[in-house]
This record gives sequence, C-alpha cells and structure tokens, in this order.
Amino acid sequence: MARRYDTVIGLEVHVELATKTKIFCSCSTEFGGAPNSHTCPVCTGMPGALPVLNRQVVEYALAIGLAANCEISRVCKFDRKNYFYPDNPQNYQISQLYLPIAANGFVEIEAGGGKKRVRIHEMHMEEDAGKLIHDEWDDTSLVDFNRSGVPLVEIVSEPDMCSAEEVIAYLEKLRMIIQYLGASDCKLEEGSMRADVNLSVREAGAESLGTRTEMKNLNSFKAIARAIEAERMRQIELLEAGKEVIQETRRWDDNKEVSFAMRSKEDAQDYRYFPDPDLVPIVISDQWIEQIRARQPEFRTEKLERYRRVFDIPQYDAEIITASKHMADIFEAASAICGKPKKVSNWLMVETLRLLKERNMEPEEIAFSPENLAKLVELTEGKAINSSVAKDVFERIFLEDVDPVVYVDEHGLRMVHDEGELEGALKCVIRENPQAVFDYRSGKEKALGALVGQTMKAMKGKADPGLVNRKLREMLSADK
Amino acid sequence: MDITSMTAVELGKSIKEGKLSVAEVVSAFLRRMDMVEKDVRGFVTIDREGVLLRAKEVQKLIDEGKLKGPLAGVPVAVKDNLCTKGLRTTCGSKILEDFKPAFTAEAVRNLEKAGAVIIGKTNMDEFAMGSTTETSFFGAARNPWNLEHVPGGSSGGSCAAVAACECPFALGTDTGGSIRQPSSFCGVVGLKPTYGTVSRYGLIAYGSSLDQIGPIAKDVTDCAAALEVLASYDSKDSTSIDRSRVSAFSARPDRGVSLDEESGLSLSEGHAFDRGVSGVSLDEESGLSLSEGHALDGGEGYDFMSALVNDVRGMRIGIPRDYFGDGLDREVKERILAAIKALKDRGAMVEEFDLSLVRYAIPAYYVIASAEASSNLSRFDGVKYGYRAGEYEGLHNMYKRTRQEGFGAEVKRRIMLGSFVLSSGYYDAYYLKALKVKALIKEAFDRAFARFDVIIAPAAPTTAPKLGESLRDPIKMYLGDIYTVSVNLAGLPGISVPVGTDSKGLPVGMQFIGNCFEENKIIRAAFSLEQTLADMGVKGGKALWPEGMIR
Repeated sequence: MARRYDTVIGLEVHVELATKTKIFCSCSTEFGGAPNSHTCPVCTGMPGALPVLNRQVVEYALAIGLAANCEISRVCKFDRKNYFYPDNPQNYQISQLYLPIAANGFVEIEAGGGKKRVRIHEMHMEEDAGKLIHDEWDDTSLVDFNRSGVPLVEIVSEPDMCSAEEVIAYLEKLRMIIQYLGASDCKLEEGSMRADVNLSVREAGAESLGTRTEMKNLNSFKAIARAIEAERMRQIELLEAGKEVIQETRRWDDNKEVSFAMRSKEDAQDYRYFPDPDLVPIVISDQWIEQIRARQPEFRTEKLERYRRVFDIPQYDAEIITASKHMADIFEAASAICGKPKKVSNWLMVETLRLLKERNMEPEEIAFSPENLAKLVELTEGKAINSSVAKDVFERIFLEDVDPVVYVDEHGLRMVHDEGELEGALKCVIRENPQAVFDYRSGKEKALGALVGQTMKAMKGKADPGLVNRKLREMLSADK
Repeated sequence: MDITSMTAVELGKSIKEGKLSVAEVVSAFLRRMDMVEKDVRGFVTIDREGVLLRAKEVQKLIDEGKLKGPLAGVPVAVKDNLCTKGLRTTCGSKILEDFKPAFTAEAVRNLEKAGAVIIGKTNMDEFAMGSTTETSFFGAARNPWNLEHVPGGSSGGSCAAVAACECPFALGTDTGGSIRQPSSFCGVVGLKPTYGTVSRYGLIAYGSSLDQIGPIAKDVTDCAAALEVLASYDSKDSTSIDRSRVSAFSARPDRGVSLDEESGLSLSEGHAFDRGVSGVSLDEESGLSLSEGHALDGGEGYDFMSALVNDVRGMRIGIPRDYFGDGLDREVKERILAAIKALKDRGAMVEEFDLSLVRYAIPAYYVIASAEASSNLSRFDGVKYGYRAGEYEGLHNMYKRTRQEGFGAEVKRRIMLGSFVLSSGYYDAYYLKALKVKALIKEAFDRAFARFDVIIAPAAPTTAPKLGESLRDPIKMYLGDIYTVSVNLAGLPGISVPVGTDSKGLPVGMQFIGNCFEENKIIRAAFSLEQTLADMGVKGGKALWPEGMIR
C-alpha cells in the first residue's frame, strides 16, 4: 500500500437502563420470562393506550449526562420516529430528536500511552423494541413484546477515535461510568450495551472526512476490534483500487469475520420525526440537576485516591479492584467488617480473579456477600482453618455464597489444636516411614516435606502445617 | 311524561326517588331504539344484554345507597372510538370491525363508577375524520330532524341518538368540532372541555394534541352533570391536568409542564416499581397571567353544576367579527344574532372584536391533526389485532393490503396528507409552521379573554347539509370546520347550544367559547341562554322535545 490512511471512528452506543419498570408503563423490565408476560396495553401499542414517562429513566439519563460532562437541556421532549416493523407495536418508536436530554459532553480515555478526550455529540432517551422469533419450520414469525418499552439511552460520540484500541478504551470508560452510577449493567454479550461503529478512512493529513459506513451487530469488545480492523482494510482496499466507499449500514458476522451491506443511504427511510403529542415536555430545573449531582457516586479516580490514602494495598491491586464498582463495593464492605483490607484484597486479586477467568465471568457477576468473605478472612487469621482449607471454602463462597463459619463447622474443617491428637498422628507417621525418617536424619531436608504431607493426610487436612513442621522437627531431633 | 323524552338529570332523580327503576328506563330506551334506529343509524353496536345485566347491578347499588350521584342508573351511549372492555370498539372502521378492547377508557370508567349504564356504541366518521358521519364503514347516520340530512360529525351518531331520544345523553369526542358541530346540526347541547380535563386514556387517538372527550345531551344541565363525572385527573394520561391545582394565572394546558417535585414522586430505590412521572403540573414559574381572575366564577376545579345560574348581568361577551362575515348562512346568522340580542337584553355586555388570525386555523388544523393521525393510525397494520388482508405475499404486502382494504378514502387522504407534511424537507414548511400558527391563535385568544368572559361564534356555517352533498368536495367539508377548529388549536372549552331552527326546520346551534379552565363561564352563559330562549318560546333545544322529530 503506497499511501498511508487515517481511520476516523464515531460511536453510537445504546445502553439499557436498570430501571425496575419500563419507560412508559409499569411492566417489569426483568430479563427472561415467558414471551409477552411482561406486557400491557401500553407496551403492546393497543388502541387508546397512552405512555407515561418513568421518572427514574430521566434521573439515570441525567446522571449519565452529568458524568459525561454534558450540557443538560432544560426543556426536553420526546419525538416519534415512524417506521413499520412488527417488533415495534405502534409502528413508531418514542425517542428524542429535536431536544435530547443532554449534549456536548466528553469522556477522557487513556490509549496509546496518552490521555484523550472523546466528545459526546448528544445523548437521548428512547424505548427498546420487541423481539421477533422466526419459526422456520412453521414459516411463521412471532413477536415477544417483553423488551418493548425497556428504557434505553443512546450516546452519540463525535468522530474522535482513530483505532480499535481507542474505541475499546472509550467503551470501557463509558461502561465504568454507567456501572458506577448503577444506571445499567452494560453487558455487551447480553445486549444491555450495544455499540454501532461509524467508520471512515482518509489519506493521512487530508482535511475532509471520507465516506463512512455504520457497522452493526457487534456483541463483544473482541468483535468490535475485529470489525474495525476489517472495515478499515475493506475501505482502504476499495480506495486503493480506485473505487468509492458507499455510505451504508453493514452487519458484522463475527464467525466469518466479514461484514455484509444491509442498506445504503439511498434506501434510508424517512422517519418523519415529530414531537410526541402524548407526552409533555420535561422541564429540568436547576434544583433537580443539583439533586442528581449531589447523589453522584465517587468515581474511580476519586476512589483510587482514597484507597491510596486509606488502605494499605498496592496501587496495582487498587486499580484492578476499582475497575469494577461492584468489586470495589465488596472490597470496602468486607474490609470494614474484618478490618483487614490487605487480606480481603488478596482474596479478590488471586482467587476471585482466577475463578472469574475460569468461568468466563465479569467482575459485575460476583454474587457472594462481603460478609462471608470477611468471615473467611477472620477464620484464617484466627488460625481456625489452614490456607488450603480456606481456598476450598472460598470456592464454596464464590459459587454458592455459603457462610464459611457454618460450612467449616458442618464439614468439620477446623484446625485441630489438640497437641495430643497431633502427637499421636506424628508418632504413627514416624513409625510407618522409617526410610523418610532416616533420610531426614541423614541430612536430607526434603524428606521432612513428605512426612508433613503424610501427617496432614492423617489429620484429614485439619492440622496447622506450620505446627506439624515444628513438632516433627522437635520429635525427630529428640528421638535421635 | 315519556321516559325517553326526559333529561339525564330528571331520570336520575326519578330513579333515586324510586319512581322509576333502572330496568324500566333502560327498557324504554331499547324500545325507542327498536322504533327509530333503523332510520337514524346512530349506533354501531347496541349492548342489549349487557345493559340489562348492568341495570340490575346498578339498581342494587342504588337501593343499598352506594350510588347517589345524579347519573346513577341513567343510560348513556358512548362514541365508538372510546374503548369498552369486551364490547367491540370500531372507530367506524373496517380495520377495527371486530376489535374488542382489553380495557375500558378512563372517561367511560368514570361514567360507570357514577352508575351510568352503557347502552351502546355510537356511529361516527371513520376514526373521527369527517363532518357528516358519512365516512363510517357501517353506513351514514341520519339527522333525526330530517332523515335526508346528515347529523354532522364526527360524533354524529351520539348527537343523532340523543336527538332521537335513543339515549338521554352520550359521549362524543372533539378534535376540530366533532362534538359541537353535530350538536348544532341535531339541536342538542354538546360541550368540548379544556384540553386535559377529561382523560384521553382509552380514546383511540385521531389528533392527540387536539382530542377531547365531552358530553352531548338534551340540555346544558345534563352536560354540566356529565362533565362533573367525566372530568378527572388521570395519571395514565400525561396530558391530563389536575384542575384542582390550576390557578387562574397559570391556566395554560399547552405550555411546558414540569415534573411534579412537590407531590413526592421522587423515586426511592427499593420500591416495587419505579414511580411514573405522572404527576405533571402546570409550570407555576412561567407565571402566565391570562385572565386575571374575574369576578365571575372564582374556584373552578371539578364543580360544574354550580355554574348553572340563570344570570348574565355584567358578563362580557366578545363577538369576533371574522366569524360573522361571508360564508355564514343568512338564516344561521339571524338566529345567532337574535340569541345574542336576548343575552344583551338580560344584561350581558356584548362587544365586537377582531380575531383575524382564525383565517389560518383551518390549514393549521388539517396539517397538525393529519400529521398526528398519520402516526397514530400506523399501529393498525394487521399484525396484532383488527383486520388483516386475506391474501398477501410477505410482510410489506400484508401491511399494504391490510391498510388499503381496511381504511376508507377519507382516512387514507389524511394519512397521506399527514405523512407528507412530516416528510423530510417539508416538516418546517408545513408542520412547524402550523405549530407556530397554533401558538399565535392561542395568543390571540389570550388577548381576547383579557377583555371578555366568553366569546360567541357559530358552530357551523350552515344547518345540516343533505346526505351525500359534502363528500363530493372534501375541501368544502374541511372549510365547514371554520368556527370550531380554533378552539381545539388553543385548547379552549366550547359549548354548542340550540338557538332555533331555519326555514327548513333544521336546528341552528351557537357556540360559547371560554378561556382555558373556565368551563363554568360558558356553562353559565349557555344555561342562561337556554332558559331565556325557552321563556321566549324559541323553537330549538329543550322546548322542542320530543315533538317534531322523526316522521
């Protein structure tokens, strides 16, 4: 390739808000549920039904807007986006075009070793559509309206990114902000966060932007990275071959690692947006904004700073823990109970991360309670259980959130501190392993390990390995 | 006295006093229907079985003293664009020919709670689009005063049914005059309340920002009694207004409303459900001083019966010159001027004024209403309910054929018009401009109501035209809405009352228009006029019941 190209990327990110009820009715937003079980006349578009805005949606949108340094519209309105499709029961989507709730913000990302601002063009509230289920066997299509009316915010960035790395840094930053706010769980795989990538290329140094395409169906960070790379190359190859990039929407197939054209600008629909007359304009007062601002949580930067001052844990650990608000919450709560942040941090950094990775889980999915982790720390610190038992118990906590005190007692896992019982076991081991005893006494230090192991086995793991070690040395040297 | 010629309030009183049973009353109206309905065609559906069952239930509640209101036990007819659970609701359209709603409209529920018994669903122009009830898929309704003439529309079925004594009162809806104009044609009283007064929940929308539900009855008293029952704040309708919280200074339903901080709607997590942003209140801060609270009618709210006062002394009445020029039928004009003189003689202060902006009302109305309709009616697609074309190939063809076969010509015309004015590149020139006109018209009325308590206008340029005359020329039909649409654009209340008949014996109606939330002023004016005309022996209105109607 003779020429050098720059890539210009902007993102449209849809985030499903974590409200209990839908945006315009009081149906549950809970995932799952039998088809059409979370529906009512409003979210199925029955004649005569009317929408009533869920206040919590506005509050979450305001919180995200403020956290993303946006200007808040003091009067915002909902508009109807008209298009016919069976997943859309009214054949219009209630969204915002003319007066979105927030605009002109930015988030700061770190990529390529430097900091960079990605500007937010605007952010608006809207409703999700239902889901079509195609029964190929029967040649019919069914509609499930459970998702119809689930609240979304769409965050539209400026074309400020130039690589997959920056895109992912931006998405991770957005996700972290939103998770810290508790406004969404932002799971790409489950669709509670969806990103459409607008990408164009231009010859390095060129003034004007190239023709862009919009890529949809990107279900993971990896898919996004692959799609960006593939689209960048596709466009460059077109230009190198003297062809033109067509402005179109493309669908990414992550299995085949290629994209397909869905529709071009020429057959773009006219959505005939107009203000929804069923909804009144929302007036957002200074007072309301201040209330939301006052309720904003401590974000990661402030949290890191506090951890540095308050907790005696390595900076690296603090960064990992605070990358997830959920993990940080567990860390703080457990540390407050047991007073041993260093130990709590160790459990999170080693065992928790290991188990998460093994199970391909996100830190947000940690389901155990900080109380149980704190109890485990207390059990190990009080020498009630040894470290290998503790690891097993932790796994139970991680998987089932068991109470470690109850679990240890029920399974008789407490360390045996009765020296008489230990001595009996030691004598047995010494008697039954003359070769190892001989080796040790001959100066082979390694042989002691085998004897410790045998003793632990005889004690069913419940002995304190340190004590076993000490006692063995004592007995072996005394009997000499 | 014949039961069917009694007013709703008279019937309610007799039932309460035990002089009449609910079953007796209902049966009398059903018999009346048997006699006249084949000519009048005011109904799409008559709920013969349901109404008798309901009559028994209501009678029991009345006997137990649990239902005490003035409309307990009184039959009512409901326009067929108001959802009634389990009772088919067609909007006068093939596309909803067999549609049975899963819930009942809030306004109808309010009536039911007050003990009114629904006797049937009335005929209407398809989706309320029309001024004659001729666009109904179920055939045109007729004017009981002369069956060769239309009853007006779109609530023509409701007005014809009341005029023909098939029911004592009825519900209509009014988007551009659909209560007031047919009331005028049928010699009955029809009231269109301030936008936001009656919940639209369960009203199958035509033009959402203009639609209001209101009562149609034989006299002003019945309308006031019915409005007391119908009006309510409803958290299910975001445009519903809590009138008990409205001050005369902020009375402005079309303005930006703020989320209600005071009523404590802030959500605390841990609630079973997120609280809706339902408690919208008028923005107190915008401090729009309209009418500075006149001596007449202090507290408005939900009390309308107290406005039934036969006295107009000192009432300031404005007559827009623009409404009495070319285009107004000579006889209609004469009757109205005579009524105005009668009010003047009773001590009202009458003055002419300019309201020239209203000349833009018709185009603005048809742009806005059609735009909203094009979107509101898009849900009728054959997917979920209602008519679906029998044969089609694929989804888009199903949509097309269903809508092609399911909608009538006038509905299609307005969907096309509405889609056009919202199209990219035309939005600013049409829709946005129409919204600006709407705001200007509202301002013009604001200025007028700084000077007047009520404004008088004709309800229609002529008396009821003959069947078939109007549909040939839709533009002419649209122009017939000249005196009514401004009221909807400005969100104002209006009431049409009979003021006599023309030389053909057809009723002439006259309209009182009030400022927002000042229903009581127009009710008082209308009531006084009604009493005055009755004293004078002017034909029309109550004085004429029931003689003279139906061959």
